[in-house]
Amino acid sequence: MIIVSDVNKRFGKLEVLKSVNVEFNHGRSYAMIGPNGSGKTTLIKCILGMVLPDSGAIHVNGKSIANDWSYRNLIGYMPQIGRYPDQMKIGQIFDMIRDLRQDQSHVDEDLIKEFKLDKMSHKRMHTLSGGTRQKVSASLAFLFNPRIMILDEPTAGLDPVAVEIMKEKILAEKNKDRTFLITSHIMSDLDELTSNVIYLEEGKILFSDTIDLLKEETGELKLGKAIASIMKRNLKESERV
Amino acid sequence: MTKIAKYVLYDILRNRFVMLYTLFLLVVTFSMFSLDSDPGKATLSLLNIVLLVVPLVSIIFTTIHFYNSYEFIELLLAQPLSRKTIYIAEYLSISMALAAAYIIGVAIPMLLLNFSESSGYLVMAGLLLTFVFVALAFAASVSTRDKAKAIGVALLFWFYFTLIYDGLILYIIYSFSDYPLDKVTLSLVSLNPIDLARIIILLKLDLSALMGYTGAFYKNFFGSSLGVIYSILFLIIWTLAPLLLAMRRFVRKDI
Repeated sequence: MIIVSDVNKRFGKLEVLKSVNVEFNHGRSYAMIGPNGSGKTTLIKCILGMVLPDSGAIHVNGKSIANDWSYRNLIGYMPQIGRYPDQMKIGQIFDMIRDLRQDQSHVDEDLIKEFKLDKMSHKRMHTLSGGTRQKVSASLAFLFNPRIMILDEPTAGLDPVAVEIMKEKILAEKNKDRTFLITSHIMSDLDELTSNVIYLEEGKILFSDTIDLLKEETGELKLGKAIASIMKRNLKESERV
Repeated sequence: MTKIAKYVLYDILRNRFVMLYTLFLLVVTFSMFSLDSDPGKATLSLLNIVLLVVPLVSIIFTTIHFYNSYEFIELLLAQPLSRKTIYIAEYLSISMALAAAYIIGVAIPMLLLNFSESSGYLVMAGLLLTFVFVALAFAASVSTRDKAKAIGVALLFWFYFTLIYDGLILYIIYSFSDYPLDKVTLSLVSLNPIDLARIIILLKLDLSALMGYTGAFYKNFFGSSLGVIYSILFLIIWTLAPLLLAMRRFVRKDI
């Protein structure tokens, strides 16, 4: 369980996160939605300890993450853009990360096999296409059966077959009492994969509840339309002010 | 820590730039010793090239490498590792890779061609300079997110220590030539790692007579084993100070 309480972050003059309060519970999957530059990636990076919040606290399973790194044993992270040392081979990347993780009892190599990465483990990273690199990132995120999965645009840059493999994997893992946090701009994907939605705009959380409630509230059947109607409503409100 | 360093080191050693650097050092070393029959003079010519090239390559390569591995550092940060571990592993692997290039390019051929005390000191000076300038490059790299700016700062360090600093020292010596400046210049030299490295070898080559009065004074001081220890100590401080300052910054940095 992740509790983000009153987190503020500014980069220079730009306020990226404005007193963000949100909870991520076990057994649920969260879609994080918002326009470009709304602070999604920054919030993820705060949870991962890559960006240090100016104020506020983040707790993972009841422990504050400030000055701690062991909690990252629980997290699998797939970044938006994965870049690896040019001369390293695919196999070596997996070996290295496996070397670095202490808990190796349940290694999950499904994605490596499904993406057929094991057959090109001798290929060097700089020869790979962007999509293949995404596959490597995805396989790494799932490798250690982490309790918390953070996926930053997991389907961007993947071919349709890979997208389906990815989605099936997420759906299969969802039922295993995991926390999923997924950002994407593809609403139909999120509609299938997630149960809750968090809508961020300009560093503020404008909506955080289940998708069903959101649909009910807006009277729409699809997540994309429901979000669009929320955005329009906000726009009208801001015009009125 | 050694696990990360092992993999990063493997990656860097296969890097074309490092291979070229090794090759360049090899060619220079061999040509210096085959052009000059006097090994002392050859060592001196080699010294001048080492003092120019080693700091430049170390500082530029490190800065570029740091920015190119930004996303990789991100990947490591998502793993259960402390930032200090990642930072020290990066430093170790880069400095070890460049040190290996120097050992293959200069140390081994020189010790084969001319095995002497001064050769040994040149090897040591080059290695220490590598460590100092990799550390300075880390200090430049963590201070900004802008790659071009960091390379600019790194180059400025190099210009400062190879060109500008000498000018400043000369200016001070000339303007205050009426006063006894021995101790002052001695302490000023400690502020420049390249000068520290140069002086050890010049004195070991017994060319200090060419350096006039201050040279004699340096010989008095540096020629003794205490002087060598002094300069090595200062080169180590020159490595640790920027390295630790940059580490403090890296630990608090937003990636």
